[in-house]
Amino acid sequence: MSESLVVPTMAEMMARGEQPEVLFWVGCSGSFDDRAKKITKAFVRILNRANVKFAVLGTEEGCTGDPAKRAGNEFLFQMQAMMNIQVFDGYEVKKIVTACPHCFNTIKNEYPDLGGTYEVVHHTQFLKSLLDEGRLTIEGGQFKGKRITFHDPCYLGRANKVYEAPRELIQKLDAELVEMKRSRANGLCCGAGGAQMFKEPEKGNKDINMERTEEALDSNPNIIAAGCPFCNTMLTDGVKFNHKEGEVKVMDVAELIANAQDL
Amino acid sequence: MQILSSILFIALTVAGFGLFAINAKKIYRNIKLGQPVNCTDRYSERIKNMLLVAFGQKKMFTRPVPALLHFAIYAAFMITQIELIEIFIDGIFGTHRIFKEPLGGFYTFMISLIEVLSVAALTATIFFLSRRNLLKLPRLNMKELLGWPKKDANLILIMEIVLVLCIFTMNGTDEALYNMGKSHFEGQGSFNFAISQFIGPAVFGSLSEGTLHILERIGWWGHFIMVLTFLNYLYFSKHLHILLAFPNTFFANLNPLGQFNNLESVTNEVKLMMDPNADPFAAPAPDENAVPSKFGASDVMDLNQVQLLNAYSCTECGRCTSVCPANITGKKLSPRLIMMKTRDRLEEVGKNIDTNKGTFVEDGKTLLNDYITPEELWACTTCNACVEECPIEISPLSIIMDMRRFLVMEQSAAPMELNTMMTNIENNSAPWQYSQMDRLNWKDEN
Repeated sequence: MSESLVVPTMAEMMARGEQPEVLFWVGCSGSFDDRAKKITKAFVRILNRANVKFAVLGTEEGCTGDPAKRAGNEFLFQMQAMMNIQVFDGYEVKKIVTACPHCFNTIKNEYPDLGGTYEVVHHTQFLKSLLDEGRLTIEGGQFKGKRITFHDPCYLGRANKVYEAPRELIQKLDAELVEMKRSRANGLCCGAGGAQMFKEPEKGNKDINMERTEEALDSNPNIIAAGCPFCNTMLTDGVKFNHKEGEVKVMDVAELIANAQDL
Repeated sequence: MQILSSILFIALTVAGFGLFAINAKKIYRNIKLGQPVNCTDRYSERIKNMLLVAFGQKKMFTRPVPALLHFAIYAAFMITQIELIEIFIDGIFGTHRIFKEPLGGFYTFMISLIEVLSVAALTATIFFLSRRNLLKLPRLNMKELLGWPKKDANLILIMEIVLVLCIFTMNGTDEALYNMGKSHFEGQGSFNFAISQFIGPAVFGSLSEGTLHILERIGWWGHFIMVLTFLNYLYFSKHLHILLAFPNTFFANLNPLGQFNNLESVTNEVKLMMDPNADPFAAPAPDENAVPSKFGASDVMDLNQVQLLNAYSCTECGRCTSVCPANITGKKLSPRLIMMKTRDRLEEVGKNIDTNKGTFVEDGKTLLNDYITPEELWACTTCNACVEECPIEISPLSIIMDMRRFLVMEQSAAPMELNTMMTNIENNSAPWQYSQMDRLNWKDEN
């Protein structure tokens, strides 16, 4: 923690008569889950370093409604969506970045129908664009030569066909990107999607996150990279269950980049 | 004699196509039992999608070996239709190889192409049969296929073999006859068809002229009767995909897979709820025909027409189930079974309508519970692996979602933990019990 975080809110910006270039949608996991909060902070440190003029909604942010919708509660989803759209429109938001593929998918694909159309990007896409524009440089640092495998989050990969941005970022770390047997469009779910995160699984002979973690471990990685707070939780649990937490770390792509720069 | 044969031919044709038309109409009617859905927008994109995915079988090629074998059968099937035109003309007018004279060398090329593709198709069919029955490929030997589905799959493959054997009997014997100068086609020599010019003399060369004529007719009539049988068998089989894959991909979802539809009926209610100017006591305009809207789906009539078309188009190949994370880890959910059960229920509803002179009489059953259990529905992670995998873009996921919607919005029957999650979202705008006022606390924590 070299410097303190600068995290302006939309309300503060508006009071100053400013408009950020992008709204960082933190999401419920990123706000409340202890593990995911670290991802949030890592991403903010990169944004601060790259001098990105961003803002968060803070206490004005509320669940996108994704888990309610996937659970079948369309009422609750649309109420959340319309409340959020009113907030976005009140601040004249144009562009949104988020570190959660579920929030990303919902705001990008399901809000336009309800009157909220914005440019929505996943944080790996945003970081990639910072890199392309020369606003951010990535060096390997501590990850040079490490074996890193990337787990495709369903709502980033199959759902929205974003496969390359996270991989290109990992390769910039001079790390060895190794693929699991099932990756990209064939990637196996971590088991948390569709509101499964919030309930016990149905009766079966194995938990889905175990199946996926074993596959990840089969690729002999030093690090399992994720791009989703839910996947992160599921895979972290899986690694612990396999007693591998000493050797294999589960990290978000934003954390990899922040750590590589010693941010 | 010739007239008798023509009459028989025409009678069989009319009966075969008539019966097919009756059943096709039933399928159309059953699909129309579903809710209308807007899927005729973006016309050129839809055409392109259909050409790539159905006609070009693009998605099959993610698994190259079965894709090539499947393509062989598909290509043989398509090209053989040209020969079928000749069979119809010959059958009705009592001619023999009517296209040979006018088409000349092109005719030889076409029939040769059919023969080569038929050999490829025969090889593929034998491979598919052994993959199913000897190699016991897991997805083709699951418990859910026991009984009719397994028999159905084998029957189709056997029919394909019979069809190919008829083609070679027909062409081979005719070749042998032509060698002797006794074919119904004037003259003597070789037809020079790629395969039968060798099969003819080698297999049938030693037979007498009379036997050859009989065999030739058996091959010819056999081919024709197999085509009609196959056409009418489709209705009872999973094999409808050879026709329905085309509309199925035309009407397929073109949006990102992660985009689930927003229920319009709900949107209106929510807008009213959130509009500060709305008058909650204003009486809605009375509409005597208004049916109270139902949220989600508990039976096939609540599903939309594309979902029902999906059910008829499914070939039960099980690629969806083989990649389903829930199924892989031993849960009860199988996306293929969702499609099979939807079709079974739709057929049952259709038969109910048939026996009750055009109206559906309540039978005390529904797709939910009697066919698909909540346990299956709640095991889904909505990961879209099944949708991605389906070679003809069927979406088992959309059916699962609509049924979950019914469970939650009509029956309040979500699993307990999900109710807790939803209550939290309602109360404090997060799936966990944290105050919305604490959302930015992370900023100052270490």
